Amino acid sequence: MSTLALERARRWRPPPLIANPWLRWGILVVGAGYLYLALNGIPINWARISEGMERGGRFVAAFLQPNFTSRFDEVFEGFAESVVMTIVATVLGILVAVPVALGAARNLAPLPVYYFCRGLIALSRTFQEIIIAILFVAMFGFGPFAGVLTLVFSTIGFLSKLLAEDIEDIDRGQVEAIRATGGSWFQLLNYGVQPQVMPRLIGLSLYRLDINFRESAVIGIVGAGGIGATLNTAFDRYEYDVAAAILLVIILVVMAAEYGSSAIRRWVQ
Amino acid sequence: MPVSSPSGTKLWQRRTTNAQLAIWLAWLVATTIVVLSWQVISDRTMWMFVEDAHIQAGDLMSRMVPPRWSYIDRLWQPLWDTLNIATLGTMIAIVFGVPLAFLAARNTTPSRLLVRPVALFIIVASRSINSLIWALLLVSIIGPGVLAGIFAIAFRSVGFIGKLLYEALEEIDDGAVEAIQATGATRPQVIAYAMVPQVTPAFAGISVFRWDINIRESTVLGLVGAGGIGLQLEASISQLAWREASVIFLVILATVLASEWLSARIRHAII
Repeated sequence: MSTLALERARRWRPPPLIANPWLRWGILVVGAGYLYLALNGIPINWARISEGMERGGRFVAAFLQPNFTSRFDEVFEGFAESVVMTIVATVLGILVAVPVALGAARNLAPLPVYYFCRGLIALSRTFQEIIIAILFVAMFGFGPFAGVLTLVFSTIGFLSKLLAEDIEDIDRGQVEAIRATGGSWFQLLNYGVQPQVMPRLIGLSLYRLDINFRESAVIGIVGAGGIGATLNTAFDRYEYDVAAAILLVIILVVMAAEYGSSAIRRWVQ
Repeated sequence: MPVSSPSGTKLWQRRTTNAQLAIWLAWLVATTIVVLSWQVISDRTMWMFVEDAHIQAGDLMSRMVPPRWSYIDRLWQPLWDTLNIATLGTMIAIVFGVPLAFLAARNTTPSRLLVRPVALFIIVASRSINSLIWALLLVSIIGPGVLAGIFAIAFRSVGFIGKLLYEALEEIDDGAVEAIQATGATRPQVIAYAMVPQVTPAFAGISVFRWDINIRESTVLGLVGAGGIGLQLEASISQLAWREASVIFLVILATVLASEWLSARIRHAII
């Protein structure tokens, strides 16, 4: 064997992510095959796209010159409704989600209650907000009420699941100590469990407030109130400057909420 | 220590009087805001419709069952489209999200003053806007179809992948970085040999997690015209063909459960 080949054979290589070479190459081949099939199956209308590029350019230009004034009333109204929906839905959502979380924590709830609450959480997490919104609009009529119910329902899936996991992870010692003093079940919750999960609950609630605001911009598309309806109309009319204004406000509100909630969390903890 | 002595004997209190007052005021303000907000919503609600909601719900149920199972034959192609939208969208998002994360992380960014804020703004902007809104925008620009859906998913996921990956990058262990630096490695070599291996598992987990979310989201993108099974849902609902809609709901449910199972398996295998 020549020294060159020896050198090549002895050269260090970083270990691969997937150790088994068959699995590694298998995944690559299957992935490539899938890509080929998927990319071939996409109908692409180049004429429509090149026509759209010009519109896309107009949208980018509109982003640099957003129009806040011409439809100020509609935009303001939509945002006010979104904010109001977000507040009510988050508060109601927390009120419902905390008991569900207690029921879904294996160390607190009896088995039937546990399965019921876990089922509720799974149901809420599986369906997109927008599908729930369609059903609620069909049941409760158009308007923000259906939107609030949608957001409450999806808040349960998010908040209860994460809170229940946190409750399951608590330190047993404190609960035992309260139980040893003869505390009732509610005292156990109040003094043994609640102090341990409170920071997490506050953090999750603030995060959910932020998510609910973002979602409230979406469910308006199917008639459940909020800024989404205004945004949908703006796109339908090709009023990109108004749409850009709305999107910019959403981005700013979300940024503000993110900074605000991290500040509050630091202050609480 | 806050102590009050109303009748000569000192009593322990948890908070000072001022702190107590501040907390009480904060509760008052918060409750007022919630009540006023509720008032606004209540004013805009037709309570008549809400009161007969149980009748509407029963009516809806009776229209939805039994599902028209034969309709499922026309759902395979839209389902394949949905899968493609989610998968290709995630792939495009990875291609753009990974460099973005390296530009945004404090320890890898080329310039903290110039590049980092721009990268962070792109991440926030992408994250703030739901993929359905991106889809509205893209359908309006490049026309309805699968392509708009793919890019809507990609635009939303870039921020998600970018954010989680840059946070993972900022939390890496500095020991490995110093060790590689001590060998006299260049900056790209430090990133390639000290940083990338530390975030690879996180990256794989994030990508699979996002793919799972994207399957869910791509099922509804069709509602605004961006292809996939949502297109069929929109058609069925606007024709009030609720028996077909219930088949679609069940197919969506099965798809979401399957993708969740698959992504959980993959994440278990990685971590």
